[in-house]
Amino acid sequence: MTRFMALFARSQLAFIGLIILSLILILAILTPWLPLNDPNVIDTSNRFKRPFSEDSILGTDHLGRDLLSRLLWGTRLSIAVGLCAAIIAAFIGSAIGVIAGFYGGHTDNIIMRGVDMLMAFPYILLALAIVAALGPGLMNALIAVAIVNIPFFARNIRGVTLGIVHREFVDAARLSGMSNAKIIINEILPNVFPVIVVAMSTTVGWMILETAGLSFLGLGSQPPQADLGSMLGEARAAIITSPYTSVVPGVMILIIVMAINLVGDGIRDVLDPRLKSGALSTPRSTTEVAKNKSDAGLKTQTLLSINGLKTEFRIGNRILKAVNDVSLTVDKGQCVGIIGESGSGKSVTALSIMRLVSSPPGIITDGSIDFKGDDLLKLSSEDLRDFRGKKVSYVFQDPLSTLHPLYTVGQQLSEAIQSHNHVGKLEKHKKALELLQAVRISNPEKRLNSYPHELSGGMRQRIGIAMALANDPDIIIADEPTTALDVTVQAQILKLFQDLRREKGLALVFITHDFGVISQICDKVAVMYAGKVVETGPAAEILKSPAHPYTARLKSCVPELGQGKRNLIAIPGFPPMIDNMPSGCAFASRCGKAEQNCQSAMVDIKKIGQERAVRCLFPEEIKAG
Amino acid sequence: MIAYIIKRLLSAIPVLLGISVIVFIIMALIPGDPATAILGSFATPENVEKLNRDLGLDKPMIQRYFIWLGNMLQGDFGRSFSLNKDVLDEISERFGATLVLAGVSFVLCSILGVVAGALSASRQFGITDKLITLSVLIGISIPSFFLGMMMILFFSVQLRWFPVSGMWPIYGARDLSALLSHLFLPAVALSVVATGVIARLSRSAMLEVLRQDFIRTARAKGLSEARVIWRHALKAAMVSVIPVLGVQAGFVLSGAVYIEMVFQWPGVGRMLVEAILKRDILLVQGGVVFVAACYVMFNIVVDIIQSLLDPRIKT
Repeated sequence: MTRFMALFARSQLAFIGLIILSLILILAILTPWLPLNDPNVIDTSNRFKRPFSEDSILGTDHLGRDLLSRLLWGTRLSIAVGLCAAIIAAFIGSAIGVIAGFYGGHTDNIIMRGVDMLMAFPYILLALAIVAALGPGLMNALIAVAIVNIPFFARNIRGVTLGIVHREFVDAARLSGMSNAKIIINEILPNVFPVIVVAMSTTVGWMILETAGLSFLGLGSQPPQADLGSMLGEARAAIITSPYTSVVPGVMILIIVMAINLVGDGIRDVLDPRLKSGALSTPRSTTEVAKNKSDAGLKTQTLLSINGLKTEFRIGNRILKAVNDVSLTVDKGQCVGIIGESGSGKSVTALSIMRLVSSPPGIITDGSIDFKGDDLLKLSSEDLRDFRGKKVSYVFQDPLSTLHPLYTVGQQLSEAIQSHNHVGKLEKHKKALELLQAVRISNPEKRLNSYPHELSGGMRQRIGIAMALANDPDIIIADEPTTALDVTVQAQILKLFQDLRREKGLALVFITHDFGVISQICDKVAVMYAGKVVETGPAAEILKSPAHPYTARLKSCVPELGQGKRNLIAIPGFPPMIDNMPSGCAFASRCGKAEQNCQSAMVDIKKIGQERAVRCLFPEEIKAG
Repeated sequence: MIAYIIKRLLSAIPVLLGISVIVFIIMALIPGDPATAILGSFATPENVEKLNRDLGLDKPMIQRYFIWLGNMLQGDFGRSFSLNKDVLDEISERFGATLVLAGVSFVLCSILGVVAGALSASRQFGITDKLITLSVLIGISIPSFFLGMMMILFFSVQLRWFPVSGMWPIYGARDLSALLSHLFLPAVALSVVATGVIARLSRSAMLEVLRQDFIRTARAKGLSEARVIWRHALKAAMVSVIPVLGVQAGFVLSGAVYIEMVFQWPGVGRMLVEAILKRDILLVQGGVVFVAACYVMFNIVVDIIQSLLDPRIKT
């Protein structure tokens, strides 16, 4: 409860709403004891007295009745009626919902059909019909509003009940011989109760509005008794001559409903995180760059060179160093593999190149990424847009979620073409067809009109690759492009990448956790562990004789064909939490060769041989080629 | 596609039947005797009995329902005693006015709501977002009838920009500009609440979509941020916004009651309120069934639009 209040108080608006609502409620409760004029005493000689005149602070209405007194009594009545309607609707609706959800089958079917029928009516129309039958009157308006809101509760509560009725604790209660009624009261109700509260807090404002509306129409409270709605209804005739008689009750309804809505939103955010989506922040178009030191812009001859890149995620007070000082170069036409376990920072490194790391919470804090002499980290969003997809393009892991579900393949391809070249319709179509042919899609003409969900996984990934090829980029970054595919399709996609490299001479950054893939297509490899590159060098050499114990371990996780009987050894332990890095070598706690000084100080990467480097104090012996 | 439309139309039949049953049951609950209500409390018992026979009220409930349903299907909604007029004639005269008011309001709230929600989401936590969120909060909390009254006071009485009430000028031509100047205030007043609800939902739907992988793909392609937001994200968000538009259409159509009262708009809503106060049951019954049926049909249109937007829906 205290946690609830703390969360609630964090939302300032909800807190303000709560204060206003409490004040109004206190006033409404105390009304009978306040020194007010009688709300119903008619004094026609004092009609339409202006506000702030003597002995009537808010003036008088068309019958000379004191407006302040009528306002407070009306507020009391309106809140009471709205609240009663909400409680009745919540009670009956929830009961229906729990029964439908709990018993399921035919019971559920029949009840929900009835509920759907009620929902087929436009909301207020049904209330009107009910009032028409029962006759005008506040009680009848209350009943009408309650009935109209029952389906809302029934639906929501049924949904929640369906979700918990097959959970273990309900089964356990059943097995222990509890009766259905007891299960509902002891097991189901406590679990659906928060949902009922949320639903009530979001609808009670509505119900106050609706009962006020019916009273406004003359179908609710009947004279001389007045709620806020009927006060407004009576004041309408004098709206031009004495507008304040309308403003007073109208503003009161507005304040009450607004305060309730604020509180309702607060309660909903606290109790139902599912609905809270709006409170989470969505990523901006480019990753934020916040570098504290300026770097000496070193120009290199390589196509792409990453120097000392650091990318962090800042979530609350935690700082997760996903990429921690990574350097890497890619030459023209080269295929560089980045390999590592999940969470090693390989994808974040790749996304950082395109500045596509979700931001917030992602932020690039240091380093430079030079592409043909330009530092990508210094580009504006606008310049970066020119570079994305044109110079460097990206192939994502899961082609189903990364293609837009509502656009056809053809539309998405031509959009990619159009984004960097202004070409005519025919030209675009021709180019799109060429692209599909380039990624070896049969029947390309037909496929252009397909939606992503109509294609197989392998085909979707080919579309993803075709889109990456659209503007003849210099580099394609492929982020585990084969992980979501089955093995035969994997082989086809790898072959496609090989062919495209040869045909178009493009460089490839290939991210994977699979040494098999590295051995097939990569010239160079960087092994990543806990946000750092632990070993780099030519792929063939590292595969033959890994220098870092982690690389060796990773390699021995992969079964090889024709190797006979060999034990596959899993790496013991888990990678360190990246918000709590050890001071020394991050792999030390899982490493069989670790010694004392491995854990004491940071281990630097150092060169071994011509092209290789390793971040280890005790590297494995390198077998000569 | 045509098969889908036919299927949806067929599925409306049980819903329409259900609506007629519910209306019939509600009206059958009326305490007291409709004949007495019509003839007044000074009627002789013989007269009451005769009228009951004429109205078919002496027959059993189920039989009465089918007679009523059969008559309705033949276009006979009965006769309004308070207006001494055929119910269907009266409804069809009034429904046009409601349709104009609710239709314009609905278009207004759909466009404004979706645009405000999307704009708000794309500038999350910025000043635009905060302003929109605040206006939306006020919008969904203000009673439309109070808003309408204040608009009359300010725009019609103070500024004299628009006529105070009615659908047509009392004297002068009944042309489009006359209609528009009469229509503007009520249509805006009617659309405010629905705009707020739609904007809220569009905002959260957009925020949800903006986190999806395909948005990152769109950005990786080098598309402009405007295109990412208004083409890619909005289209995907509409999948969850459109069903809500259907629900809001019901709010606008029935909420027109208040606005028609405030602005003296000659629509079905005002007719219903007057009929309820005069206890003209046949008129109420006919009006409710008619409007509800229109709403069911409108929801079929919404479903069809939804299936056009989302190719994943099996048609």
